[in-house]
Amino acid sequence: MPVSTNEQGEPIWRLRTSRAQWLGYLAWLAGISLFLLCWKLISDNTMWVFVEDAGRQGSDLISRMLPPQWSYAHRLWQPMWDTLNIATLGTLLGIAMAFPVAFLAARNTSPHPLVRSAALVVIVSSRSINSLIWAMLLVTILGPGVLAGIIAIALRSIGFVGKLLYEAIEEIHPTPVEAINATGASRMQVMSYAVLPQVMPAFAGISVYRWDINIRESTVLGLVGAGGIGLQLNAAINSLAWNQVSVIFLMIFVTVLASEWVSARVRRAII
Amino acid sequence: MNAARERLAEQGEWRRLPLIGDARLRWLMVIGAVLYLVLALSTISVNWDRVAEGMSRGLNFLAAFTQPDFISRRGDIVNGLLESLTMTLTSTVIGVALAIPVGLGAARNISPLPVYLLCRGIITVSRTFQEVIIAILFVVMFGFGPLAGMITLAFATIGFMAKLLAEDIEDLDWRQVEAVRATGASWLQTMNHAVQPQVMPRLIGLSMYRLDINFRESAVIGIVGAGGIGATLNTSISRYEYDTSAAILLIIIGIVLLSEYSSSHVRRWTQ
Repeated sequence: MPVSTNEQGEPIWRLRTSRAQWLGYLAWLAGISLFLLCWKLISDNTMWVFVEDAGRQGSDLISRMLPPQWSYAHRLWQPMWDTLNIATLGTLLGIAMAFPVAFLAARNTSPHPLVRSAALVVIVSSRSINSLIWAMLLVTILGPGVLAGIIAIALRSIGFVGKLLYEAIEEIHPTPVEAINATGASRMQVMSYAVLPQVMPAFAGISVYRWDINIRESTVLGLVGAGGIGLQLNAAINSLAWNQVSVIFLMIFVTVLASEWVSARVRRAII
Repeated sequence: MNAARERLAEQGEWRRLPLIGDARLRWLMVIGAVLYLVLALSTISVNWDRVAEGMSRGLNFLAAFTQPDFISRRGDIVNGLLESLTMTLTSTVIGVALAIPVGLGAARNISPLPVYLLCRGIITVSRTFQEVIIAILFVVMFGFGPLAGMITLAFATIGFMAKLLAEDIEDLDWRQVEAVRATGASWLQTMNHAVQPQVMPRLIGLSMYRLDINFRESAVIGIVGAGGIGATLNTSISRYEYDTSAAILLIIIGIVLLSEYSSSHVRRWTQ
């Protein structure tokens, strides 16, 4: 127990030993030094003249955004529909691909350790690369358009859905599996009657959650040419039409909030 | 309906329980899904000639992964990576520091209604907009460079961390708070001795997770001029230098893997 003695020789209880205390100070010192070093690197690469101007620029931006040009809104329905399609179809494609990958990656259903590590590599690389980067790549390959966006969203979703689903599969209760096994069921039958019913609620919940995230992501895919409302956003920003930008922002805000609400309701109904 | 199933089961015709209990709702959902798919797929226009043309480029890209080129753009890659890493670290530190008061304010059980609504508002705005959209605004305000990126990521971190922190505080063990309050502790002391110890492990775990997310995001906000490796990646893709882009993507995947591995260690150590 960390105890020190005072001048009268009486023991005094302390929270930490001197050693732990000093190690703590040292860790804080190292952390703060690292932070300051990083800050210096950033500050060297910054034009402070522009930063001093930021307040004026900000208020200027807001004054240009207001009032929003409401008449522009009717031209946004088609891109918004595209955005919703990108998110929904991308999620469907993504979960269709993630489903087998997750079963290959889960320790208790994977056929072979080598297959398992290959599936884990697929999941990690899909998770590490943002959908916008996938979209950039796919736009140069497939050409600009909604298709590139759908595939970008799908590729990004594999990792997310796959990871959460394989963790759910690893946490299933083993007794139903044993029971189905004892009836002489084949491997696929065990999957379909013992594993699948246990992970189905988790799977549905994860998919809806990812759909909600994908709506948010698909709003920016247009910035690199992959369709949806991002195309309009890019055009409005490039032509400095900030009163149109504010209409787009409001539209995105409402859509994302609505999708979040829907997904929360569905998830509560499932679980 | 259940009785009918049981009668059939007694005759040896067992059928598994449907995922959705109500047959009418089930069919309605199937019809709705088919209708949506037909509508959505009919509005997607794909230029198949362009896709066929791009396929060779896609193969080139895949081939580049077998021989990534780390050397010829080494300077750009190192600079971009350093910027990304510094941005990640500073933005996470600043974001978490700012998220703590917002999170405290957004927990219904310890804050008054006006503060609660204000903090929930901040969280909603920060979570709704994708990082790239926020980055566009901050680049306009603060000029090109990593400072705009850092502020963007810090802003996004506030929404993420504060929401999860508030949820964590809302279901903490209230008896400990009562016990500390009964000793006559002030508000600050209650926070420090009753609330903080209960949420600290999760807060550290989430901060590590957010560090990981911030790095991944820092790779894309460069596309709109907010510094980091994204600008280098964007340039290499649009110049069809796929061997360089493959190298950058491999580095990103490596760093994400590394941080995921170390954050799982930190989480095990704090819990």
